[in-house]
Amino acid sequence: MKAAGFKVLLVDDEEEFVRALAERLEIRSFHCEVALCGEDALRMIRENPPDVIVLDLKMPGIGGLEVLRRVKERSPHIQVVILTGHGSERDREAGERLGAFRQLQKPVDIDELIRTMNEAYRQG
Amino acid sequence: MNGMEDRHPYYRALTRNMILIIVLVSFTPLVLISGLIGYSFETAYREKVVAHLKELVRKHQQNIDGFLDEKMSYIQVLADSYTFEELSDEAFLTKKLAVLQQAYDGVFVDLGVVDDRGVQIAYTGNFKLANADYSGAEWFRAARTREHFISDVFLGLRRQPHFIITVKRNTGGREWLLRATIDFMAFNSLVGSIRMGETGGAFIINRNGEFQTDPRIDPAPNKDYFLKLFEDARLEGFPSSRPSGVEKAAFPSRNRVRNVLAGNFDHQGRNCVYVATLLKDGEWLFAYEQDTREAFPELYRSRRIAIAIFLLGGLAIVFVAVLLSRRMVQHIRKADHEKESMTEKMVEAGRLASVGELAAGIAHEINNPVAIMVEEAGWIEDLLDDEEFRNSENLDEFKRALQQINNQGIRCKEITHKLLSFARRTDPKPEEFQLNHLLEELVGISEQRSKTRNVKVEKNLAPDLPPICASPSEMQQVFLNLLNNAFDAMPPSGGTIEVTSRLDGEAIVVDIVDNGHGMPKAILPKIFDPFFTTKPVGKGTGLGLSICYGLVEKLGGKITVNSALGMGTTFHVHIPVCQRQEFLSPSSSETSNNGRSGGDAVTRGNVGRR
Repeated sequence: MKAAGFKVLLVDDEEEFVRALAERLEIRSFHCEVALCGEDALRMIRENPPDVIVLDLKMPGIGGLEVLRRVKERSPHIQVVILTGHGSERDREAGERLGAFRQLQKPVDIDELIRTMNEAYRQG
Repeated sequence: MNGMEDRHPYYRALTRNMILIIVLVSFTPLVLISGLIGYSFETAYREKVVAHLKELVRKHQQNIDGFLDEKMSYIQVLADSYTFEELSDEAFLTKKLAVLQQAYDGVFVDLGVVDDRGVQIAYTGNFKLANADYSGAEWFRAARTREHFISDVFLGLRRQPHFIITVKRNTGGREWLLRATIDFMAFNSLVGSIRMGETGGAFIINRNGEFQTDPRIDPAPNKDYFLKLFEDARLEGFPSSRPSGVEKAAFPSRNRVRNVLAGNFDHQGRNCVYVATLLKDGEWLFAYEQDTREAFPELYRSRRIAIAIFLLGGLAIVFVAVLLSRRMVQHIRKADHEKESMTEKMVEAGRLASVGELAAGIAHEINNPVAIMVEEAGWIEDLLDDEEFRNSENLDEFKRALQQINNQGIRCKEITHKLLSFARRTDPKPEEFQLNHLLEELVGISEQRSKTRNVKVEKNLAPDLPPICASPSEMQQVFLNLLNNAFDAMPPSGGTIEVTSRLDGEAIVVDIVDNGHGMPKAILPKIFDPFFTTKPVGKGTGLGLSICYGLVEKLGGKITVNSALGMGTTFHVHIPVCQRQEFLSPSSSETSNNGRSGGDAVTRGNVGRR
């Protein structure tokens, strides 16, 4: 897969997952940052806004939907791809309503994820 | 099932109470109003009839008194006009009698002059009573004491009922009486002509209870009653028609109108009404009596009609009350039943919803670790691309193993996805989807069951069917229900269920064919009725098929059934296809989440939303 080279923020409380994913994306020439909770994510977005956010929904503290809402409020141009274990239908609808670019289900094929991120980046 | 409910004591008591209330509420005003009106009518009518009878009696009283007074005055005139000597001459007397008889057709029978010893010194008439000795006669003793006298009816010497009028005169210190006999029949006709119906009649009775007229009715048993009445009337100072001492000129006395007594009494089970008054200075009682039934015919007729109406109306009320209550309770029972099954369904829905929540949670919990595994495997895969591993002899084996991990991860995802997509279906919102996917899913779910029951489920689904517009959850309910019924129809030895889909004009037809025990023709028209079930009590609600029917009808489709006992049953479900052009191609209609199974799930995410 061709590296796109844009900035990606990965937000997930599952550290093992998010670190492995980050490393794999780095290999593919993405510039990845990792946030392990909603608060960190919001802080990092404020300090250094990414191009695309890959966001988990179920997290302790500020949940994914809340992060999505705040991001879209402040910087609607940042595209958000939701990557979750399997949210309920309600969460899915809420995410859609709040302006998520797409929702993907874990475990996700790395190529599919990259394809989606590229689409999102082009959109943004 | 219904039979059992009918005997349920709660509904029986409910029916009984409703009947009682309706009957009570209907009858109370009916009884009160009819009682009130009946009483008023009876009183008014009685008063009217009694007033009429009183008038009748009063008129007769006047007639009779007038009759007596007239005859008396004639005799008085006779006594005053002629001397004792003239009247003692029988030839003269005969002439006078002839004049009287001519004037009063047959009223005067004879005339006589009686001296103070009681000897009739002159007589004219049909009886040979000249020189008859009346000194011992009761009337003679009474007549001697008064100026004028009218006797009671008696047989006398002639042995025939008659009464006499006497006038006492005094000539030369010797008293003599002019006596006239009044024909009983002539007098009797005055009273006897009062005759009404079968039982109404009048009579005159004297103080000793002797009839002064020929009572054409038989009041003899009541004689004592009338005698007592007679006494009471006299004791109470009931004014007689002619107060004693007042001469005839006093007619007509004004109090006469009020001199009439009325009442009723029971006699030998008969109720009689009477109207009575006094005659002849209170010596006679003139009475009219009649059976109440006959005296008040209108009253009894309207009473009979009222009773008939009351009975018929009462019967109608009771009938309607029973019918209404039964029907009402039937409705209540049905509503209760529906509520019960509704509650059951609600509980079921709630249970399913919580299962859905649980499944979502489990999916999340499983998918996260699986995602890590897959990610780590992918990481190793990435590392294998590095130079140092390029020449490893087991490189292909590593890659195969990693691919396997990846595949199994995806399989896990599919499992949780299936679980979720099934549990999530509670939304009745219609959407466009592929019926085949739903059928495949349902058949997949039934697989476990089919293995244990030794039932083979074959699917024969036409490819490239257009999508339908329906709620996936409702369609799932319809076909799951039909599949379950097919399973239930299977004998223990097992059998085959075939699920076929095909396009027939503007509708997709799904046939669910089983070779189970089938149904007799007689019950086929009833199977879609609510609460109809062939399952044992408590096993089936009898609602499944009727709900299916309702759901399919709602979409504009239909369900038909063929069945042969012992051969099996086929349900045909017709569901109209989506009319919108853009959904005619199956792949374009696919939303990212609904109903896909098998390999579709892997690429599901790529299809995306529009």
